[in-house]
Parts: sequence; structure tokens; C-alpha cells
Amino acid sequence: MTRRVVITGLGVVAPNANGLADFELALRKGRSGIRRNAEMEKCGFGCRVAGVPQGTDALAEAAFDADELLAMNSSHRYCSLAALEAWLDAGLVRPERGDDRVDWETGAVLGTGIGGMDTVAEKIVPLVNEGRVRRLGSTAVEQCMASGVSARVSGQLALGNQVTTNSSACSTGVEAIAMGAERIRRGLASRMLCGGAEGASHYIWAGFDSMRVLCRGFNDEPEKASRPLSASAGGFVPGAGAGVLVLESLESARARGARIHAELLGSALNCGGHRGGGSMTAPNPTAVRRCVGAALADAGIDGAAVDLVNGHLTATGADPSEVGSWSAALGRGPASFPTLTATKSLIGHTLGAAGAIECVATVLMLAGRFAHPCRNSEDLHPEIEAFAAAIPHEERELSEATIAVKAGFGFGDVNACAVFRRWDARAA
Amino acid sequence: MLERPSRRRREKSDMQRKEVFEKVVKILTPHVKNQAALAQVSDSTHILDDLKVNSARLVDVVLAFEDEFDIEIPDEDVDAVNTIGDCVNLVLAKLG
Repeated sequence: MTRRVVITGLGVVAPNANGLADFELALRKGRSGIRRNAEMEKCGFGCRVAGVPQGTDALAEAAFDADELLAMNSSHRYCSLAALEAWLDAGLVRPERGDDRVDWETGAVLGTGIGGMDTVAEKIVPLVNEGRVRRLGSTAVEQCMASGVSARVSGQLALGNQVTTNSSACSTGVEAIAMGAERIRRGLASRMLCGGAEGASHYIWAGFDSMRVLCRGFNDEPEKASRPLSASAGGFVPGAGAGVLVLESLESARARGARIHAELLGSALNCGGHRGGGSMTAPNPTAVRRCVGAALADAGIDGAAVDLVNGHLTATGADPSEVGSWSAALGRGPASFPTLTATKSLIGHTLGAAGAIECVATVLMLAGRFAHPCRNSEDLHPEIEAFAAAIPHEERELSEATIAVKAGFGFGDVNACAVFRRWDARAA
Repeated sequence: MLERPSRRRREKSDMQRKEVFEKVVKILTPHVKNQAALAQVSDSTHILDDLKVNSARLVDVVLAFEDEFDIEIPDEDVDAVNTIGDCVNLVLAKLG
């Protein structure tokens, strides 16, 4: 059984905007969400800028009960807000508290990269070291267990199908979408909430700073710090947030008359096995090409059909190699390369949320027929200069765009790729 | 012959009980899932059955009692707590 999968709901909490309407505006305007970060400064980080969603505590307090809020760290808050927005955007009704009905046809794959590190660092470690274990109370486990984000959302929305958290570092968000789609295709669920979340905590980012993979050269100019594709890129800017997509079988969406944002035409997942140039921290280029190629094959399209690529593109030394891999996988040289942008130029690298937030961005761009500016890429890396025509520095209208591809590549040499088609009744 | 508490001492004790009762209810409030029961709360109100507080959260409630009243409540004492009145009695006993 292979069913078509469409996207009927989107939700987002991002460093440059909360909620779909403002996020689309932020994308179109190329608004940056990168700011100076006081904790990183205080703790002597080399990188002192980050992408942290703003105003989310007030949003969470308005949306969730006091009892629940006591057990929601930042990744829970971001994920729950994005999931609720996606749910309502899909035209679904939020279950009342006290309503005992379970939605057996809807599940969730909501991932995270590092999990509840803020709870571990700020509560568990200090209290345990002080011999005050008892003072942890009842909420520590649910906030630091890897599956905390999906478990939280399942309770809020009474989900009764498979509910799980995936984790594959920076490919987590795209992987979640591929995993949820598979369940719908096989007829095991009608709807899956898919995406990822990452909390805002300098404890999450510290290890990356000590690896020297974070940007250190733009601490006084935060909005210029995230520079994918740029010759002056010097590492990624860490970020936080959540993105959630409601994936639904076409039959289910049609039966309830749901508005459709786009179709998820295909996807693929693989790993480079830490061989052929791949390692724990670097991608095997052959695996990247195979993953993109497999997603295109799964979608039943040729690379020539792709109109928009939203790359993984973190602003590290891996960007030129990534562009080369896209070019090879799509069979499109610099002269014919489709529009190429990088959402990280606006929001930084939101780790386990990155693929999800950037898939939300990709669907919004496809449905809105535009590409957002790839900020801070005016001085293209010499190895990427040939692709200059593909890279927008201002909002670019894509009135004919039909196919967009988004990929995420993560530590562990893991890859995920998703192919979206603009929803068009004529093509349906 | 037992000495009867003076009227003044009784009034003070009633006042203290009322104060503890109100603080106990305030601490429980964010965890209450049955708001109707909260509106008619009394000593006999059952915390889990009537107020529908998630039993896991009793741990946090007891920690909040300890902070609010500057007392220590051993785990074995917590097992005997079922109603609001039980909470008030436990806190008053610890306050001496």
C-alpha cells in the first residue's frame, strides 16, 4: 500500500519569528534572528552570538496549563507551541482537557538533537552533586528523556498512533518527516505530526564552541555572523526553536476538505558509514549524493525538475563540498543550477530543529512562490562563485516553481532529504 | 484536670489553621485539573480523587510545602496524605 502524503499544517518557533505569518514575512525580508548572547559572553565562549526565539514564555503561558508549564523546559515549550500551531493550521480542533477521546489515527515523530540539556545542566547535575536528589521533584525525567518532546505533544493533542522522538543530530528534522511519511504511505496512520525541536542553552552549544566549529569573527555584528556559502564564513551560529509539519494521507485530507500546503513527493535517509571522507563530524560526499538521488527517485522526478534547493549549508568549511554534491546529485552544473538558499543565514543552526524549521520555510517558499534571501553570502566562497546566479541576495520571485528539495546532514555522517511539490489542483 | 486552652490561644490556633489551609490550596492550585472541585474546597477534599491532581506531582507539592513553611516532611509522612485536611494537619504538626 502506497498512499500519497500531503502537508496540511505548519507550525514554527524560530529565532527570527514565531508563527507562520511572521515567519514568512521574516523569510521574505531576510530578517535575522541572531543576537548577542549574555550566557555565552559570561562563560567565555569564543562565539558569543546565537539564534534564540523571543517571547516564547508569554506564548507558552497563554497556551498551556500551569501544571504543564512547570514541567516544560525550552525544547518542550518550542515544540508544543509549534505543534499546536501546526494542528490548528491543519484545521484540527484542540482537544478539551477532560475529553477522554484518543485520536488513534494521528501520531508524531518529533525529534531533538541534544534533548533536555538545560534541565540536566541547571537542575540535575547541581542538585545531585549537592546531595539534594530529593529536591529534583517529579519533573526532571520527563524533561530530559529523549522522547520528552513527542511525549509532551501527544498528551496535549490526545495522539493515539505511534508517538516517538528520533535523533540523528542535524538531520533530525528532515529525518522525522521521512519517518512519519513512511507510516502514512504504508497505511499505518492517517496523520503524523513531524518535525524537531532544540532548546536554547549555552550548555548545548559549549561542546561545539570547544570544537571551534562556531563562528567567532562576528561577535559585535550578530546579524552578519551566520554566513553560509560565504568566503568569510567561519563556523556556524548556534540556534534554537522548533518546526512541525502535519503530514496527512491525501485521502484523509480530501475527506475532511483540508487546505493543502504542498505534497511530500519523496524522501530518503542514509549514512556514509564514516568512510570515503566521511567521519563522525564530516559527511561522506558519496552518501550525500546517494541520499539526494534516492529522494529524487522516491519522488519519481529527475534532477532537472528541481526549482529550489534549501541546503543544509551551515557556514562551515563543508559548504563548498555540499554545493558540489548537490550539483552532482541533481545533474545540474553551475549554469543550470536551480535557486539555492540557506535558511541558516537568517536563524543560525538550530541543530535538531534545523531540518524541521527549514522544511517549514521550504514549504512556505514553494507555496508562496519565492526564495528568501541567502543573507551574508555576497562574498561567495571561490569554489561556489560559479553558482552565483543561483543564489539570491534579495527575495526572489519563483512564480513557476513546482519542486523544492530540502536536505539535512548530521554528525554521525547521517543524511536525510525531502522533495516537496507545490500543491496544484491541476497536477493532483 | 486538663487545662482548657484560653480563648485567645484558640483564636490564634484557628487563625494559623486558616492561614495554612489557604497556603496549601494555593500551592495545590496550579496542579488542579478539576476547577469545579477547587471552587468548593474544604478539609475533606481529596487531592487525587476530587481535585484530579496527577499523583506524580505530589512530590513537587510536598517540596513546595517545605519551602513555604520552612519545614521538613519525611517521605513516610507523605504516604498518609490524602485530603487537604491531611496536608494542613501535617504542616501544623511540623510547625509544632
